[in-house]
Amino acid sequence: MEPQERSMEAAAVPQELPPDHGVHELFGYVGIEAVLEQMKVKTMKMGFEFNIMVVGQSGLGKSTMVNTLFKSKVSRKASQPGQEERIPKTVQLQSVTHVIEEKGVKMKLTVTDTPGFGDQINNENCWDPIIKYINEQYERYLREEILITRKRKIPDSRVHGCVYFIPPTGHWLRPLDLEFMRRLSKIVNVVPVIAKADTLTLEEREEFKQRIQRDLKAHAISVYPQEDFDEDPDDRLLNDRIREKIPFAVVGADQEHQVNGKRVLGRKTKWGIIEVENPAHCEFPMLRDLLIRSHLQDLKDITHNVHYESYRVRRLNESNRPALSSNNGLPGRDEDGDESNL
Amino acid sequence: MESAFGAFWGLIPMLEAPFPHAESAQHPDLASSPALRAPPGRGGAGRGRGGAGAGPPRRVAMLQPQQQAAGSAAMAVAVGRAANDDLRNLSLSGHVGFDSLPDQLVNKSTSQGFCFNILCVGETGIGKSTLMDTLFNTKFESEPATHNEPGVRLKARSYELQESNVRLKLTIVDTVGFGDQINKDDSYKPIVEYIDAQFEAYLQEELKIKRSLFNYHDTRIHACLYFIAPTGHSLKSLDLVTMKKLDSKVNIIPIIAKADTIAKNELHKFKSKIMSELVSNGVQIYQFPTDEETVAEINATMSVHLPFAVVGSTEEVKIGNKMAKARQYPWGVVQVENENHCDFVKLREMLIRVNMEDLREQTHTRHYELYRRCKLEEMGFKDTDPDSKPFSLQETYEAKRNEFLGELQKKEDEMRQMFVMRVKEKEAELKEAEKDLHEKFDHLKRTHQEEKKKVEDKKKELEEELNNFQKKKAAAQLLQSQAQQAGSQQTKKDKDKKNASFT
Repeated sequence: MEPQERSMEAAAVPQELPPDHGVHELFGYVGIEAVLEQMKVKTMKMGFEFNIMVVGQSGLGKSTMVNTLFKSKVSRKASQPGQEERIPKTVQLQSVTHVIEEKGVKMKLTVTDTPGFGDQINNENCWDPIIKYINEQYERYLREEILITRKRKIPDSRVHGCVYFIPPTGHWLRPLDLEFMRRLSKIVNVVPVIAKADTLTLEEREEFKQRIQRDLKAHAISVYPQEDFDEDPDDRLLNDRIREKIPFAVVGADQEHQVNGKRVLGRKTKWGIIEVENPAHCEFPMLRDLLIRSHLQDLKDITHNVHYESYRVRRLNESNRPALSSNNGLPGRDEDGDESNL
Repeated sequence: MESAFGAFWGLIPMLEAPFPHAESAQHPDLASSPALRAPPGRGGAGRGRGGAGAGPPRRVAMLQPQQQAAGSAAMAVAVGRAANDDLRNLSLSGHVGFDSLPDQLVNKSTSQGFCFNILCVGETGIGKSTLMDTLFNTKFESEPATHNEPGVRLKARSYELQESNVRLKLTIVDTVGFGDQINKDDSYKPIVEYIDAQFEAYLQEELKIKRSLFNYHDTRIHACLYFIAPTGHSLKSLDLVTMKKLDSKVNIIPIIAKADTIAKNELHKFKSKIMSELVSNGVQIYQFPTDEETVAEINATMSVHLPFAVVGSTEEVKIGNKMAKARQYPWGVVQVENENHCDFVKLREMLIRVNMEDLREQTHTRHYELYRRCKLEEMGFKDTDPDSKPFSLQETYEAKRNEFLGELQKKEDEMRQMFVMRVKEKEAELKEAEKDLHEKFDHLKRTHQEEKKKVEDKKKELEEELNNFQKKKAAAQLLQSQAQQAGSQQTKKDKDKKNASFT
């Protein structure tokens, strides 16, 4: 064989050692693991972005929940003394962005609120503005990505997680809930929570949860953490435990009270104090751990690798219909779009 | 891995479109809440992107969920903005817990594993394989190359290394036959082609519609170690030319190989000569990053020692009471890991322990982006102002595709026409030939008939003659017989007379 030919081969594909060679043995310490430290330093310098959306009817405690989650006044509450309360005619989306820092880690947090969702008498298509918003964020990112001269770091405004507040009726999921979650779980990570859970006793809570889980399964709605994206058995184990508890029953509070000599966040009632951070009282700590402490990166990764990619596929496949349809920001359906490579 | 690079919010204008939004009264929290500090504006150009309605920082009514997307800043759904577009700093009243984010990211990356690709450029026998073995403290199997390669070729080998919980997929690309030929004009070409091919593969993957970037095996070269021969004088012209061709495509780290052949004082002169030559020829070698406090100091001190003079060895020699990697000579022992003897430790620090991540990032954000930009511009794509074309890449591509298809169609038509013409010609020819043939046949037939007629005529003649002859014969016979009869009668009469007379 001509050396030229061989160089072509070598140029295209690096030769891999046969698989039964396995991992190459190192005779001593090299220092490869320092790359972890390097990565940490770099990401801390860059900062993180996290975009979360809260959806639910007014009065379910969304803003309080967000404030409790991030331990600061992130969103203002809808009902404040001295402000006219007006139910908006259509669903409006309000985004608030903050920078929070903890132990040297900077995070740019964007919380998108949806007042007016499900508040009207006729709630048909009230999810359309939301879907449109989410798709627009994907669109923005896609446009930045396709530019010839790209920015060094593409600004990420895509919604990483959508927290859906279920009213604590104690029975089943309402048709509005089902419709919404069904549509949205296809394009974004949906985390359902039972709002104002202090109206349910523990048994009622359990039953409600079971019914909700059954409902979700019956309608094939896959909420976060999705089963399809479990990477290995450890992940699956961890996520299974979480999935048993979905949806989390949460209580939000932003006032501190004195309990047993400690100051805790809670709601004070005549029959006792509901401690928000107490896992026996409500599942707020679990929600917080899921969203922030353990699965934040996972949420972002699934948004980037799965939801954004499927949006991209859809968008790039539709060939001759550049006009976005007016209701939900998606291009018109192209049934026989061919999947040609660029 | 690339998903981690998605956030750089410091320098660019804030992303949210400055949409005026409906609000009936003053934002109570801003005014009254003590928790929010007045924002100095985290990102310098903190104002939202110029576009529709950027003006008033206060909220103004507008909500149009039905509006179509118009400009780059306009969005179809009015998104409410709270007071300023600058980011507000929020103070936390308790421990939230997102300081575990870097750890989450790191865990994710460790489970995926890292890729690192090194290209070693240098003459045959200069010590590339030995240095790799020494750097990574292992024995990569490879036989030494011969000196009679007809051209430069690249040999890439992948290895999987694991240290504690970090898995590294290391690819070492060797230039075999570099500097061996008599005519070295084209030596750099296979190297440049290889690097471009890796970029191309990544670009193809990125441009695909259904792509899987997160588990893509990255083969782009992250670092190029250029081995300079220890002549003690200056760089060879081959070195200069090759480095000049490579500096915009890959991070070059020049090193002086087999440094134990140079004495200490000569080494200093040699190094400064090399660096000044590189600078005067405009070769951009890799700059160790000095913008981050943690590594700025060490990087700054190390970059003074460029190019690193290294000695490689995998054999261990007993020094004092320890075994250390060294080369044993009759006049002494050169210890590889002794900073007084050579710069190997510095190289290892810089390459692996301090800057591996930065090398990867530079490759992706600088060299790869440059390649991508050039390639796409070459293909004819442009970033036309986004106001007029919603999807410039897509549309340009469509236009090109249609153009190409049109050309194809035209070519096809041309070919078809030519084909038809040829067929016609051939047919005409054949027809002619057929006509000829027919004529000949007729001619022959006629001749044949003529002959036949002649023959018939002759036959008739012959028959006539025969008839005549027969007639004549018959007539003659008759005459003869008559004559005979007459004669015989006469004779009879005579006889009778005679008889009569006799009697």
